[in-house]
Amino acid sequence: MNLAIILQAGVATGTALLFATLGEILTERSGILNLGVEGMMLLGAMTSYAMSNKFGNPWIGILFGMLAAGLVSQVHAFITVTLQADQVVSGLSLNFLATGISLVLGEGLNSLVGVPLIPKFDIPLLSQIPFIGDVFFAGHSALVYVGYLMVPLAWYFINRTRPGMHLRAVGEYPSAVDAQGINVFGMRYFYIFVGGLLAGLGGAAISLAISPGFFAEKTTSGQGWIAVGLVIFAQWNPIRAAFGGYIFGALRRLVLDIQGPMLLLGFANPFYYNPYYGFFLKMLPYAFTVIVLIIGSREANRKRVGSPAALGLPYIRGQRGL
Amino acid sequence: MKKSLLWRGLVVVMVLVFALSACAPKPEAPAAEEAPAAEEAAVEEPAAEEESAAGGMQIPEIVDGKYNVALVMLSVHDDAGWSQAQWEGLKYLEANGDNLHTTYVEAVAEGADSEQVFRALARKGFDVIIGGSFGYMDSMEMVAADFPGQYFIHISGFKANGENFGNLMGAMENMKYMAGMISGARNKLDGETKTGYIATFPIPEETRLGNAFALGLAKTCPECTMDVRWINTWHDPILEREAADSLFDAGANVVYTGADTPATALAAEDRGDVWGITYDWDGSCTADRCLTAPYWNWGPEFLRIVNGLNDESYTPGWDYFDSNEGGVGIFGLMEGQELTPGMLEIKEQAPEDWAMIVDTLAKLTSGEMDRFDVFAGPITDNQGNVVLAEGEMMEHADIDCFSAWGGCEVGMYWWNENVTAELPSLD
Repeated sequence: MNLAIILQAGVATGTALLFATLGEILTERSGILNLGVEGMMLLGAMTSYAMSNKFGNPWIGILFGMLAAGLVSQVHAFITVTLQADQVVSGLSLNFLATGISLVLGEGLNSLVGVPLIPKFDIPLLSQIPFIGDVFFAGHSALVYVGYLMVPLAWYFINRTRPGMHLRAVGEYPSAVDAQGINVFGMRYFYIFVGGLLAGLGGAAISLAISPGFFAEKTTSGQGWIAVGLVIFAQWNPIRAAFGGYIFGALRRLVLDIQGPMLLLGFANPFYYNPYYGFFLKMLPYAFTVIVLIIGSREANRKRVGSPAALGLPYIRGQRGL
Repeated sequence: MKKSLLWRGLVVVMVLVFALSACAPKPEAPAAEEAPAAEEAAVEEPAAEEESAAGGMQIPEIVDGKYNVALVMLSVHDDAGWSQAQWEGLKYLEANGDNLHTTYVEAVAEGADSEQVFRALARKGFDVIIGGSFGYMDSMEMVAADFPGQYFIHISGFKANGENFGNLMGAMENMKYMAGMISGARNKLDGETKTGYIATFPIPEETRLGNAFALGLAKTCPECTMDVRWINTWHDPILEREAADSLFDAGANVVYTGADTPATALAAEDRGDVWGITYDWDGSCTADRCLTAPYWNWGPEFLRIVNGLNDESYTPGWDYFDSNEGGVGIFGLMEGQELTPGMLEIKEQAPEDWAMIVDTLAKLTSGEMDRFDVFAGPITDNQGNVVLAEGEMMEHADIDCFSAWGGCEVGMYWWNENVTAELPSLD
């Protein structure tokens, strides 16, 4: 068992979670809860795999995967923003819709051979740094490095730019933004679209890099649901989302690796003698997510947790403040 | 306010349309002509909907005058694993059977959902209903009792009623044994000693298949060992990939899997100097670094059983076929298949091992050797206990049983001496 290998695997597989979580953070920051992440990821995974095969270029595949997920997210936008319907119900049905489309259109994709995948490479110099270089800069797919760039950019966008301020305001107090002459509906449509694009990118990261191939609805195996939880874990903060995504990924690998050695730090390894203890470790981040939810359920604590005040509430002009 | 209520009503309708249309699986081609008609009828009369949709599933129709067979699958028909192997068996049945109509329902969850699907299929009048997952067992048993004139065949469980509810499984352990022998030869050739096993759940099937591999491994490479990673799922591409990487990082030269995806071979391909063994479906072993794949070939078994039920020469019960019937195979070595690159090297560079491999397979497929020869004594477990002494054999009850549960004496709750893993106490 090697800590550097576990963390490296965590960064590699956590990247899919990271993209989907960043997308959902942007959507939720605009006040819209979209529970269709899993379905959008699957659609992104299917489309990018199929298109990478068709065009012989994984980047074109990713582009199509992102667009497909972005387009399907607009169904949710229409239902929740224009029709002002319940966001939970709409998100869940979006999930069914996107999953159904992926399964029908993805028929036969599992028999493809030699689909071009995202290249993997080392970052020169940085990969030479002991430990850190192995974990973060050696042998990763290009998308992992894209993830490194996207996290600070997303944070800077949300917290330090004018459109980012508008985004936060739409999620906190849409009527005030409306009074300022900013189009609340347009912004919500846009950020639902961005959330879709990033969920599609997360799906593409799975089917073209992390676990290449299309395995029907199992391709994403619940990553979208984890991403929805991770938004709460990250308290709607992109930097914490990166941390959370990599931790979730590393824990999944740790649970496997820890079953291997007979001795752990010189003592008999309990996970060797009972491999099922490992699944307790895997539960910990979910337990933490539940704790954040419990803390956030008290109105007074909501702000501290970071939940957007207008999250989940349709904006109806002239009817209510939020 | 009134307007928004109207909108909400509209939205609920839209959402329902999406949800229902996404749930309905695509009907088989022969049933395609009738399906739209059935859907229209469902819209007009709510009562009809109950008949054609159960457990959120579209239930296919029978064809009058034919012998109707339905397959219920856990995953989708193109899952590249367990369910796809069954679906291809169904296609074989349709092509080779006489006056048969076959169809399937896919992605049926185990438990209550599956009971509704089995009940609806039985009501439609299917003559034979095949259930393809362990967790359908209790539902099928219940429904079978209510429909005595129709037959229910359950793959992989441990229940049957001796009348119309039968159990079906095969000696996959023989092919895992072959995979173990091939891995041992491969390891010797590469100068390595370690192998790895991605195990799913702690049930007799998984320890049986693991031990069969370990016993085969010891035949060609006595000093080789087998490491284990439990993943607690049958099908999770990401986790399977991570488990394969985990085993390769721990030094394994060959990794095989009890789960569905070709993750082992893909991980091996990525590394370029190790080998993966896939499972379940003969189409899963396409990567250059795929050494072989023990796989299911359900077609001939389905045909044998369905024909037998049709002319009443077959009584459902406990049907456990051995490898002489062709229901299981090892990819690359069966008739009409080409050797994988990894096996070709063994054939060319280690002719003695190769002769032993080919000879053992010939005995297993001719029936000269069966599953009891695979698990013949002497067997010692990795705690130093004697499982079977020289000359001792198992009984069939031991094959699918943990002795702590009762019902067998030897059972399968042990790891062979070359396995570097532990089983937790069942107490």
